[in-house]
Amino acid sequence: MADAFLDALVDDDVDDLYDNAPCGYVSTAPDGLVLKANETFLRMIGRDRTDVVGALRFDQLLTRGGRIYHETHLAPMLRMHGSVREIALELERDNGGRVPVLVNAIVKRDDAGTERVVRIAVFDATERRRYEAELLAARDHARASEERARELAATLQASLIPPDPPAITGLDVAAGYRPAGAGDEVGGDFYDVFETGRGDWAIVLGDVQGKGAAAATVTALARYTVRAAAARSRRPRTILGLLNDALLRQGAERFVTAVYVRVRIADGRVRTTVGAGGHWLPLRVGARGEVGEVGRPGTVLGVTEEPTLDDATVELHPGDALVLFTDGVVEARRDGEEYGIERFEALLSTVAGASAAEIVETVVDAVLGFQEGLPRDDIAVVVLRVPPAG
Amino acid sequence: MRVSGRTDAVPMVFAHGFGCDQHMWREVTPAFEHDHKIVLFDIVGMGGSDASAWSPERYATLDGYATDVLEILDTLSLEGVVFVGHSVSAMIGALAAAREPARFSKLVMVGPSPRYIDDDGYVGGFTRADIDELLASLESNYLGWSSAMAPVIMGNGDRPELGDELSASFCRVDPAIARHFAGVTFLSDNRADLRSVRVPTLVLQCSDDVIAPDAVGEFVAAELPDARLVKLAATGHCPNLSAPGETVEAIRAFL
Repeated sequence: MADAFLDALVDDDVDDLYDNAPCGYVSTAPDGLVLKANETFLRMIGRDRTDVVGALRFDQLLTRGGRIYHETHLAPMLRMHGSVREIALELERDNGGRVPVLVNAIVKRDDAGTERVVRIAVFDATERRRYEAELLAARDHARASEERARELAATLQASLIPPDPPAITGLDVAAGYRPAGAGDEVGGDFYDVFETGRGDWAIVLGDVQGKGAAAATVTALARYTVRAAAARSRRPRTILGLLNDALLRQGAERFVTAVYVRVRIADGRVRTTVGAGGHWLPLRVGARGEVGEVGRPGTVLGVTEEPTLDDATVELHPGDALVLFTDGVVEARRDGEEYGIERFEALLSTVAGASAAEIVETVVDAVLGFQEGLPRDDIAVVVLRVPPAG
Repeated sequence: MRVSGRTDAVPMVFAHGFGCDQHMWREVTPAFEHDHKIVLFDIVGMGGSDASAWSPERYATLDGYATDVLEILDTLSLEGVVFVGHSVSAMIGALAAAREPARFSKLVMVGPSPRYIDDDGYVGGFTRADIDELLASLESNYLGWSSAMAPVIMGNGDRPELGDELSASFCRVDPAIARHFAGVTFLSDNRADLRSVRVPTLVLQCSDDVIAPDAVGEFVAAELPDARLVKLAATGHCPNLSAPGETVEAIRAFL
């Protein structure tokens, strides 16, 4: 045991330790001229000792880009700090190839503080650099993927939320939508405004359970089913019933809540028929600020074969507004506190006289303000308002 | 920004080059403090400067940096300025002097280059591929950035005058800004601007400067209407660090 220890110690003599150390050693004069280099270093760069020692400066062994880095960063840092660590460089081999290396260096000074020699340790970092390059490429790739996902989400969302509702003669309509969070995922809220006949309009607003691509397919199904059903019937409860059937047939396994409003505009009167499937009932805001629910709640859609769905018909008078909204509005939270229907009704009681667009803006601002920033759930609001007489 | 020296004397403004900060001048400025007002500053994004003041649009060319120099002269109400610029700041100073010559009395360009890339008979010393390599080099040193920048106790022990504050800030730079500044610096072409610099100029050319070779210094001196070229024995690109004495003497002789 003791003999083996001593033998090993003798074999590891200092010259060999220097020349065949597991890293390159280079000593240079303060101006960079190579004074000494070990065998490991010479093997690394594939050059003869006589071509390097006493013949070249350390920076002359670097790539030209690396030389700029050496002059502008490494050399000044060495002078100011007396040492540098883990600097990534590339050495040029005699055969034109390159060796990525990591370099540590210290400046040795005499008692008067004058620089005497710079000692440089050079580690072959080929594998590490390859791995780092892969990491950088993976980072760039991840960023690009994220960007594509965000674009896809925005594109898909735009197809489910019309940019601007169509203009309707005799009715002021506006809508607003804010995606949840940073908007990098498709939300479940949707709305649609379309004409079903002369002076006969459909306004539908709903919320598909969940988020993301799977929810978006159900949202798309809900939107085109409502459009198709509206061509067969004018009754909101029939249309919502057909949507319920389609959801069950599709096996979507996601429930949907929706409110459907039929609007008839004739002879200067605006009559609405409201049907709801498990959704927050629209709020009617009177010309003097009185706020009240319209319709009956009904059953959530996509759950049962026999949903309870009822229609309620209400006439909107000049100055009246009807506000459709999703749960992102009333269930907005701040520190565990909910925005709530009472607060929402109180807000709406102050908007009498405002245009549909102003009401939408007021609601979205209030809800975003309550949450102090990014909404946790998406927010959708549609407002229809009968312009005041005269 | 730091002001020292004699407040009633001719102001000297020292500007550091790409890579580091105003501490590059620490062994040069003391020689001028007793007969000049000394102004030192960090280029935006470097050293102790406010990185939030930086934007890629404002600093898309060296003109943005020249505007900063003129703003500093405005803020401090400096007239008859001796501007000493190292490396890229030599060109930044020249651009500022070309725009408002009345503000400057003299210009000192240390290791200047108006164009780093070789071009149709002009020798800048580099190819486009070389500059791309530099940018890659900056990129690969992001990962080691923090450790390379960390205060090194051994360095301070050898030179106790280097305080912790200096160690912490020297060469500290936002990597994204550094990469952008490197691109702007090393891809710039300000050869045509030299002719409009009317201020008497000293061009200090180092020996064996890989960044600004002899031919470039000669080109700069020949293009400037009123220039004197002095070749230093100092080697490398940073005579302000490697040969402060010789640098001081050359500047003093010119003044």
